[in-house]
Amino acid sequence: MSLGAWPRPGSYRGKKRPPADANPLMRALEAYARPAMPGESDTWLRRLRGPAAERDAAVAELHALLLRAARHELRRRPSVTVFELDDLAHQAAADALVAVLAKLDTFRGASRFTTWAYKFAILEAGVKARRRAWQGREITIDEDTWPAFADPGPGTPETLETSELLRAIRDAVESELTDHQREVFVALALQEVPIDVLAERRGTTRGALYKTLHDARRRLRAALADQELGATP
Amino acid sequence: MSRELDRLLGPEGPEVSCEECFERLDEYVDAELAGHDPEQAVPGMAAHLDGCPACREEHESLRDLVAGEG
Repeated sequence: MSLGAWPRPGSYRGKKRPPADANPLMRALEAYARPAMPGESDTWLRRLRGPAAERDAAVAELHALLLRAARHELRRRPSVTVFELDDLAHQAAADALVAVLAKLDTFRGASRFTTWAYKFAILEAGVKARRRAWQGREITIDEDTWPAFADPGPGTPETLETSELLRAIRDAVESELTDHQREVFVALALQEVPIDVLAERRGTTRGALYKTLHDARRRLRAALADQELGATP
Repeated sequence: MSRELDRLLGPEGPEVSCEECFERLDEYVDAELAGHDPEQAVPGMAAHLDGCPACREEHESLRDLVAGEG
């Protein structure tokens, strides 16, 4: 996508400077500093569905907003280095732009258009950052994570109660869950493997994995309730 | 209940799926920032955000981004 060329320094010397909104890049930069107001959602939709010139300008502004959102998301992540940030942000903004334009007809107006669009950039940036952080790392389903986790140390009735619950959960993981549920539970809840990373490695989706985790948690809660250990299914 | 137990057992109440969470995240955040009850706008969202770290991160990021625009 072309955003237009920067004018050379001094190129307007002695000439009338064109209005700022004549250049799509200037409009994109303006969008950085001027967040959309609630009444602007309709304008966004009209421009993005408008004639080619109007649409191209709106797409350039939208891309700038998505890039800003992607950078915001990536700056929150210590695992993303300054050297990686810009490249990942551009990839995320480009993917988010495609998604936003493809789903334009699904925008229901339940939020501001910009809030709706930002979420695509944040999703894309977040997923890319999590996957980058785990690049080259093998996921080993390691149930040995339990002992350190389930040993709260000496002590108080509260820690003993927690310890008893953790032991009961561990037993229920072995006895109540299917193999698939156990693997997903151990990876996500115990080892804290990012769900997008596990989804990519397993060739599935975040939603499908979370459903498995949700079902596993319900079974564990039911098992604890049967033992009157204070969890409800 | 400890943080570890929360992490293992997840939220107790009904919750939306990851797909519905993404679908309505913008509506939830705008309701939150407008001072309305976001849970009324999207029932089951708060429970899901408790139970799903990835969706929680994206919610916090979107909320902070939009809030920063004033």
